[in-house]
Amino acid sequence: MPRAMPYLLLLPATLFLAVFFLYPFVLVAIEAASRDGAWTGENFQRMATHWKFVPALRNTIVLAAVVVPIQLALALAMASIVSASETGRSTILYIFAIPLGISDLAAGLIWLAIFEQSGFLNSALAGFGVIERPILFLGYQNPLMIFLAIVLAEVWRATAIMMVILVAGLGLIPKEYSEAAQVFGASRWQRFVKVTLPLLRPSLQTALILRVILAFEVFAVVVALGGTNFPVLMGETFEWQFTLQDRGVAAAYAMVILAISIAFTLLILRLLHVPKEART
Amino acid sequence: MAEIRIKDVAKQFGAFTALHSIDMTVRDQEFLVLLGASGCGKTTLLRIVAGLETASQGEVWIGERRVDRLPPRDRGISMVFQNYAVFPHLTAYENIAFGLRMAKLPQAEVERRVTRTAELMHIEQLLKRYSGQLSGGQRQRVAVARAIAMEPDVILMDEPLSNLDALLRLEMRAELKGVLAESKTTTIYVTHDQVEAMSLADRIAIMNAGRIVQADRPVEVYRNPAARFVGSFIGNPPMNFLAAERVDRGRWRVAGQVLPGPNATQDRIEFAIRPEDMAVGEGGIPANVRVVEPLGPHTLVTADVGGQLFRAVLDSDIAVAPGDTVSLVPQPERIRWFDPETSRALQ
Amino acid sequence: MTEAVADAAARGYVETRRAGRRVFYAIVVLLCVWVLLPIYLLLVNALSAPAEVTAFPQRFWPSFDLGSISFFVNFQGVLRALWNSVQVAALTMILSIGLGAPAGYALSRFDFRGKEAFRFLVVMTRAFPLPLLALPLAVMFIRVGLDDTIVGLALVHTTLALPFAVLITFSLFSGIPVELEEAAWTLGCTRVSAFRKVVLPLALPGIAASAVFAFVISWNEVFAAAVLTIENRTLTAFLLQSLNVSPLPLKFAGGAALVVPALLFIFAVRKYLFAMWGIANR
Repeated sequence: MPRAMPYLLLLPATLFLAVFFLYPFVLVAIEAASRDGAWTGENFQRMATHWKFVPALRNTIVLAAVVVPIQLALALAMASIVSASETGRSTILYIFAIPLGISDLAAGLIWLAIFEQSGFLNSALAGFGVIERPILFLGYQNPLMIFLAIVLAEVWRATAIMMVILVAGLGLIPKEYSEAAQVFGASRWQRFVKVTLPLLRPSLQTALILRVILAFEVFAVVVALGGTNFPVLMGETFEWQFTLQDRGVAAAYAMVILAISIAFTLLILRLLHVPKEART
Repeated sequence: MAEIRIKDVAKQFGAFTALHSIDMTVRDQEFLVLLGASGCGKTTLLRIVAGLETASQGEVWIGERRVDRLPPRDRGISMVFQNYAVFPHLTAYENIAFGLRMAKLPQAEVERRVTRTAELMHIEQLLKRYSGQLSGGQRQRVAVARAIAMEPDVILMDEPLSNLDALLRLEMRAELKGVLAESKTTTIYVTHDQVEAMSLADRIAIMNAGRIVQADRPVEVYRNPAARFVGSFIGNPPMNFLAAERVDRGRWRVAGQVLPGPNATQDRIEFAIRPEDMAVGEGGIPANVRVVEPLGPHTLVTADVGGQLFRAVLDSDIAVAPGDTVSLVPQPERIRWFDPETSRALQ
Repeated sequence: MTEAVADAAARGYVETRRAGRRVFYAIVVLLCVWVLLPIYLLLVNALSAPAEVTAFPQRFWPSFDLGSISFFVNFQGVLRALWNSVQVAALTMILSIGLGAPAGYALSRFDFRGKEAFRFLVVMTRAFPLPLLALPLAVMFIRVGLDDTIVGLALVHTTLALPFAVLITFSLFSGIPVELEEAAWTLGCTRVSAFRKVVLPLALPGIAASAVFAFVISWNEVFAAAVLTIENRTLTAFLLQSLNVSPLPLKFAGGAALVVPALLFIFAVRKYLFAMWGIANR
């Protein structure tokens, strides 16, 4: 009995993941590379030649490239604050972690309340006498403003996930290391850069991978704030699948998202590689 | 009657052999201590007896029953764990009652046994507390009470005192000895602390690298180590060893001195003496004193003899200083000899 | 002289530290405002009359008029979407804990061949954009008759929540010393009764927290919900698909309806936030 027990316990979860995770990814790959039962590159061709593909790809990557570094810096700052605070530590952590529970759609709507024409930003500006009439921030004439609003909403919403991982990671680093560095004359900043950051590498790796992949999945925030004026990969996937009812092209989009996700995961794993000997 | 018989028990973890064929009998009501350094296999052996580990081969008998295929609950044992394993979600009372309730004893009997063992362990006032509200020593008492309340044939203890501070350990040691003697159970007790082993055991089994090297009464183990390892492991400071060269039949040259010894045929054997079995005198082993440590009743002298580390525990009245050369005379009846090939004692 | 210098240096050090503390607290307050203000503003909108929401300039405090909310609640399809969301999330919760907890227990208590392979499978899910699973599964579900159903969507959401459930319960069970279980065995328990009497009581709060977590994952999910449901939309899918056509008060009241339960959930599991994400470091 004991020998078979772990397998029996794992069986349901394994079967589930095989049927609903591994198999579907095979299916979507097949669907992307075939049409009416025959192998073809037509789906990819159709996707790539559509006028929205290049902007969608560019927007997704630029958005990730802008958002993720800001989030990393902000998450590190927040995590350091949580770790350094003596009083009210759990309250601060709870407040910082709130966005973790908030749907990306809700986050989009929250920032819509601020940026829409009769929204709080316009109201505040009018209140201070900066403007006389409300500005249409989120119109198609204003792509930069849409981009900015999306960046703010994404930073607001998804920094918490990195922050909590980093707080947990900081908790794993014994205080003695930083104290030793202090005794040897390192300043606060030097201690952070030379001791804490290198020891935090495994957590940074996890946080970055999770976050970068979520950044490529950006969808509801963009739809809520930019509508169709700001195409992104996930939005286009949805469009082809649902509105245009062309599953082949949608699958091709899925493969593109999958490809860049895996590429970046490998890149991060490589850049932040911690050699086995250097692990604590 | 609960005699424990271990027959040809071995255990492999992958390519690593934790236990080589162990044969041992623990007599009814005996207190046997398994003593050895960490990783020697003592805990593995205990866990095999408990049924928490399965042996790769061999048999375990408790009384007239072969138990090695039985789950722990059917073996008539109870156990005290290194980290006490007092259930944190139950009170001390419920912890002690846990096994009794599993055995479906009537409430009155549960009550009686918990009260009695709690009195025995002096924890009557703590019964309503949870594990988190108890100190390490108190948790230890609950764990022992829980094991005794089962009135088992056999109690197994896995380094039960190793997490206590020195003073508490001394106190608990004496108490355990009394309580277990009274309970009339057979006990196997695992420890790496030789003082603990000496003071508690009826018999000590010394383990090294998955084998039992010697199993005997504490004094015997100390005075007549069956192997070089036992001499170097037991005693603080441990035994001194020096090379001995054969002069002729029954006479050996040790550090320039000729001493009577065994009638062995080898050219080279080993001479061994405990540090406290020497005195300063004429015609002894010449030793260059390196470090002198006054310890109160005695003075520990660390010296070298022909480049070998050599320690002596001397009377504290004797004045020696680093750099001196002293002549150390061994008590003839305390000298032991070992075969360097087999590491076994020579007669 | 030198004493005076040292004294001044010491005083300077103390002053710098005090100033540093003030800056620290200022930053903490600023960051809290950054997190809380947008939520507050959404709630202001949700708790104001529809006319106030669209008026310009807007007020920065709520009038506590329930107009927006009653408009939202009475809107065609909203209550049903809400109910669908609850059902899908509850089912996701049951499935992911039911499948994940045994796996987490096995990982924490046994050494066996294939353990690393399973862990790799679980960790690998993190490197995949899981909502995309909705595309192939949409086809599969049509074939087996699960299209546009609560169960179908819950299955997809379970793939999102299951890896977390496995890793969280793994860390929970690992936190309960094996010795406790072994002690129970030596005291007359079977494997099953030891689990029930010792492990389960100790792990239950954590399991409940990870169940709540699975619920939130499903509750918040947009993409798969929007792809897989047409008639049986969840609240997120409903809001997304009516973004173009619905008036602002409806959007904001809907947003609030999404946010408020999530806030409560996160509050309920706040003690376990570390435990949940700490394991992400393994």
